[in-house]
Amino acid sequence: MKTLIRPAITLFVLLSAITGLIYPLLVTGIGQALFPEQAAGSLIERDGKRVGSRLIGQNFTDPTYFWGRPSATGPYPNNAAASGGSNLGPLNPALKEAVESRVKALREADPGNTQPAPVDLVTASASGLDPHISPAAAEYQVARVARLRGLTSEAVQNLMDRHTEDRQWGIFGEPRVNVLELNLALDRLPSEQKP
Amino acid sequence: MTPHAWLLLGLYLFILLALVKPLGIYIANVMEGRSWALRVGGPIEAIIYRLGGVRKERTMGWLQYALALLLFNTLGVFAVYALQRLQLWLPLNPQQMANVGPDSAFNTAVSFVTNTNWQGYAGETTMGYLTQMLALTVQNFLSAATGIVVVIALIRGFARHTAQDIGNAWVDLTRVTLYVLLPLALIFAVFLVSQGAIQNFAPYQDVATLENATQTLAMGPVASQEAIKMIGTNGGGFFNANSAHPYENPTPLTNFFQMLSIFLIPGALCYTLGRMVGDTRQGWAVLAAMAIIFVVAAVAAIAFEQQGNPLFAAADVDQTASATQAGGNMEGKETRFGIADSGLFATLTTAASCGAVIAMHDSFTPLGGMVPLVMMQLGEVVFGGVGSGLYGMLVFAIMAVFIAGLMIGRTPEYLGKKIEAYEMKMTAIAILVTPLLVLGGTAIAVMTAAGQAGIFNPGPHGFSEVLYALTSAGNNNGSAFAGLSANTPFYNVMLAIAMWFGRLAVIMPVLAMAGSLAAKKRLVATAGTLPTHGPLFVTLLIGTVLLVGLLNYVPALALGPMVEHFMLWAGR
Amino acid sequence: MSRKTLALFDPTLVKPAIVDSFKKLDPRLQWRNPVMFVVYVGSILTTVLWAQALGGQGEAPASFILAVALWLWFTVLFANFAEALAEGRSKAQAAFLRGAKKTVVAKRLREPRYGTPVDLMSGTDLRRGDVVLVETGDMIPADGEVIEGVASVNESAITGESAPVIRESGGDFSAVTGGTTVLSDWIVVRVSVNPGEAFLDRMIAMVEGAKRQKTPNEIALTILLVALTIIFLGVTVTLLPYSIFGVAVAKAGSPVSITVLVALLVCLIPTTIAGLLSAIGVAGMSRMMQANVIATSGRAVEAAGDVDVLLLDKTGTITLGNRQAAAFLPAPGLTEHALADAAQLASLADETPEGRSIVVLAKQRFNLRERDIHALGATFIHFSAQTRMSGVNLDGRQIRKGSADAIRQYVEALEGGFPSPVTQTVNEVAGRGSTPLVVADGAKVLGVIELKDIVKGGIKERFTELRRMGIKTVMITGDNRLTAAAIAAEAGVDDFLAEATPEAKLALIRQHQAEGRLVAMTGDGTNDAPALAQADVAVAMNSGTQAAKEAGNMVDLDSNPTKLIEIVETGKQMLMTRGSLTTFSVANDIAKYFAIVPAAFVTTYPQLAALNVMGLASPASAILSAVIFNALIIIFLIPLALKGVKYRPLGAAVLLRRNLLIYGLGGVIVPFVGIKLIDMLISLAGWA
Repeated sequence: MKTLIRPAITLFVLLSAITGLIYPLLVTGIGQALFPEQAAGSLIERDGKRVGSRLIGQNFTDPTYFWGRPSATGPYPNNAAASGGSNLGPLNPALKEAVESRVKALREADPGNTQPAPVDLVTASASGLDPHISPAAAEYQVARVARLRGLTSEAVQNLMDRHTEDRQWGIFGEPRVNVLELNLALDRLPSEQKP
Repeated sequence: MTPHAWLLLGLYLFILLALVKPLGIYIANVMEGRSWALRVGGPIEAIIYRLGGVRKERTMGWLQYALALLLFNTLGVFAVYALQRLQLWLPLNPQQMANVGPDSAFNTAVSFVTNTNWQGYAGETTMGYLTQMLALTVQNFLSAATGIVVVIALIRGFARHTAQDIGNAWVDLTRVTLYVLLPLALIFAVFLVSQGAIQNFAPYQDVATLENATQTLAMGPVASQEAIKMIGTNGGGFFNANSAHPYENPTPLTNFFQMLSIFLIPGALCYTLGRMVGDTRQGWAVLAAMAIIFVVAAVAAIAFEQQGNPLFAAADVDQTASATQAGGNMEGKETRFGIADSGLFATLTTAASCGAVIAMHDSFTPLGGMVPLVMMQLGEVVFGGVGSGLYGMLVFAIMAVFIAGLMIGRTPEYLGKKIEAYEMKMTAIAILVTPLLVLGGTAIAVMTAAGQAGIFNPGPHGFSEVLYALTSAGNNNGSAFAGLSANTPFYNVMLAIAMWFGRLAVIMPVLAMAGSLAAKKRLVATAGTLPTHGPLFVTLLIGTVLLVGLLNYVPALALGPMVEHFMLWAGR
Repeated sequence: MSRKTLALFDPTLVKPAIVDSFKKLDPRLQWRNPVMFVVYVGSILTTVLWAQALGGQGEAPASFILAVALWLWFTVLFANFAEALAEGRSKAQAAFLRGAKKTVVAKRLREPRYGTPVDLMSGTDLRRGDVVLVETGDMIPADGEVIEGVASVNESAITGESAPVIRESGGDFSAVTGGTTVLSDWIVVRVSVNPGEAFLDRMIAMVEGAKRQKTPNEIALTILLVALTIIFLGVTVTLLPYSIFGVAVAKAGSPVSITVLVALLVCLIPTTIAGLLSAIGVAGMSRMMQANVIATSGRAVEAAGDVDVLLLDKTGTITLGNRQAAAFLPAPGLTEHALADAAQLASLADETPEGRSIVVLAKQRFNLRERDIHALGATFIHFSAQTRMSGVNLDGRQIRKGSADAIRQYVEALEGGFPSPVTQTVNEVAGRGSTPLVVADGAKVLGVIELKDIVKGGIKERFTELRRMGIKTVMITGDNRLTAAAIAAEAGVDDFLAEATPEAKLALIRQHQAEGRLVAMTGDGTNDAPALAQADVAVAMNSGTQAAKEAGNMVDLDSNPTKLIEIVETGKQMLMTRGSLTTFSVANDIAKYFAIVPAAFVTTYPQLAALNVMGLASPASAILSAVIFNALIIIFLIPLALKGVKYRPLGAAVLLRRNLLIYGLGGVIVPFVGIKLIDMLISLAGWA
């Protein structure tokens, strides 16, 4: 036992230094050198101001914007300093209520729309920070956004299509629309595309 | 299962199987001390050994080997505990995270040292960067290394002929860390950064959102921890949302590689086994048994999630899969991953003892959520943790050949070693302790006010949450039905106990068995020897894993997910 | 040995077994089988609960608790019965053996030689080293070695073989066994064992199971069964809190009763195999006894099942003990008839089996009658180590037969020539594994007699069988390589060791063992002792020397070397029976879960009725049916436990697939059918 103590302590200290200091610093160095933007959080600036991250979903309640995935982070939605899901079980009445109220909110914002709501638009994401919605969820909102912004549906649809990403390399993941980027583009749109 | 899901599963297995052989050979060469990599890292190794007073030619018997690992891991517990308790006064804590409370720090220390990486805390609101790196990232490496060296010792037990030793623990730990884990993690981390995983030491960043609110973005050295978290089947996320967080797992591509990295080493070690015992068919057979159970489970999980929630349908929600949406039960799932990736990942992360998540298992459909639960309850042997999965599977294999050997009228032997009373005793301990910890712990939790207080969801789902927590801890997985409020002194202490004994009560008998096997003669296979490489043995192994692993949990599962399933679809 | 084989459920065995089943309820006996002890405790617990229910504070209807309690007691009793039945069979064998162990008056010699004064004393008081005189009609008082004299001995008490055998001092036929009877002449015997250690004592002790220690595999299996029991104990004990919690959250039903939990526990733990385990062991030993093999331990029997290499002596095992004349091959210019005539004359007085076979062959081939040697006035020349020939002098003819070398010397001494065609014939004969015997008349070589080793009928098939079992056979012979190779090919052994010396045998065994094989061998001579001691399984012939018997770990009373094959099969059978029943037992749990889990929790969660796939009538009848099935299956499997799973000489994989299908898949399906049937009966009878 005694002969084991010295190697145990020495190895622990040295391997800790290698894996806990040298390794992360090395990755940071390489990351900052090769991919500085990504390493810093893929931040987006508008007019010199940071408006968010391409990868982090924001809370949209204004009907003139596309809404993103519901977020269950506390104390407020899309809290990027406290990620997490709702953890509601499938049979939990609270889940049913939450979904029903989201459907209701969508309906109220867009009274003419009688289609069933796409599921990802009424269920909380895992991280609470999901930057994407499905193309179906975006399409569901096109008419509303167009109407409230006084744009043609085609124009908004067009914009949405341009911001729709297919499966990565055709197989990985799901088709999706980045809500923040779409809404930013939407904000840039009005002047020239009014009917 | 959509066609896309089948395609994804097929592609996944194809790439995994293609990687298994080269990495398996590499690991075998490293552990047998004849890899080219040893020449590259030789000088560093030499310094470590010189400072540590390690004589690398001096090999150890099983007991000394076990004591060395025990000592090394105990040091880890103290270090991780201390770093958490003192982080406010240490550097690299820009958010001024407070010192972690004693019960939570203890739980986290045991959790990361045992390769469980159960997280009672939320990363971005609890841990400073130094703690994340020097406490948690370090243990991601060292607990993985511990698992790998244990299985290597066991393999040596099979491969050696009347030997008294099973290797040198210090040399094995150093080599696994330097030559296997570190290079893989480095490459993977840089790849993650390229896709958008963050890697910086900046304080949390405030941004003004389009609706003019302030959003605070958590920052940190994420990619470096993320890489080893997956490769070492640790699973402890930098952030609370774990791999669902876009900064940990930004794109479907990173997700695919995260999935690959979970099974990479556990799969490769099967090949290492075959190579070190001199018959690669043996390794493929074990791998085949793992792969078959995994595929069935993955298909089930994806199918149940794709089926969706009947309560949503009643609320006029469209859950059908189409070209424009994944459909299914999207509660607690990310859009970029959808159903196929989420179901696959959930199966992978629990089949292996990873425990990272890209979707909230608590919100899965009852049977979809039962799949991860069952995968853990099988004893984390379907690929399992790095090293621990294979040694766990070999314990089952020993049991399978024991029964099979009796059935054909021969004293059982596996990989040329006779399986006798001593091995059965160790096997019995290894398969006995975890179910007792899980079932007993769950019983205590549901009977006490402190245990009941943590339950979040009503009805049988609440029971499932507790069962899941104990299952996860006892089997060193680390994933959760995260609704359970487990960051309480009660759960922190009880789960720490389950994790510690769930880990050591398997490692110790496995090493004891390695010692006794090494001392035995290697028998040659004759026509009378039960072949352990064909489909028959694979079937038998699967049957043993399912029967022995699962029978213990049937009543508990009936009272949790099964009854919930019947309730959900009965429209209650 | 018990010559008459008792039927499985022979009334003479069943009655005492039933009585013993109750005697075995002693907790000290139950404790020895941990799995059944759990059932035992469960039986007591449910009985107490029943008493409580009678008092009006029952957790369930008293009739239900009583029914469960009764069937749990039956489970214990059935297991006891299986064991008692197996022991009963052994006891019958032991009683038969005891009959042979009468108190004998021994004549102890004061000096270890014939003719010295004798002291009469009880045979049971003889100690190792004492020397006794045994005369016509006496029973040999103890195991020992003949040091003087020769006698014919009736050993039927031990072997069941009625033909007397010759026992004489020196050589390989010097061992005698206590309890056998001298039929004629006298012998002086040095006692080789102390009281209580004699052969008969060992046999009796073994069959009675008094000294029956658990075999290594039995110990390993017990560990596994105990582990499963502990796990299932954990499963059922924790179910109570789960159920209480379930009731609390569902706000419906009542927690599961202790009675149901005990029933579930007993159904889940491997009672089937645990209840039959000792019966299987006892029955295995019993089968060995029926095969007339005495094993020193169960360990040895089990090891026999693992054998990879079988070393067999050529003579007596592969070939008939003696070579026989097979052909007359005359020298050029002579007829076969003339050669046969001369050969017959030369062999008339030759009482060796070879000599007799020449006479027989001559008669068969040319109808040459046996002539009266004395009437011919012939002088016989007996075989001597110097001349290495035998023959006859008759009417001036000097006929000799012997090995080629001896005859060559003989004719050359008489200035005769040894024709080269005869040399060629000699080589040819040797080449096909036979022994050439050359006949000469004076200086003239007449020809060659071919003496052939006769391979035993059916032996080749046995070896093929062994090969399929994965066992390699090696023939051991003192013959030269050429001869050995020819016989090996004819007998179909895998390998042979020619010109074998005791050292070479030992070396061969060690070599195989070093390569990781288990070696079995048979032997009888003193010079076999080192090899027997080295072999993993060593079967000594009862006709062999004391040294050989002591070196081996089994003694074959029939002295039949091919018995080894049966021993291997019996060893395998014991393991197979245990393995198959274990698989069956564990596989049964699936159906039992489907019966009990929905029944136990249906008051809390009515939705769980969906798991009642068998459509059992009511919760009470479902639980009872499972318990009854669990008890009855022990009774149903007793014949299998006692007879053993049939061994088939198939490869390991084929055998496993077969047994997995029968006992694994069967173990899954059978209880579904059985429980459903019992449930139908119960609900028909309106019991629950």
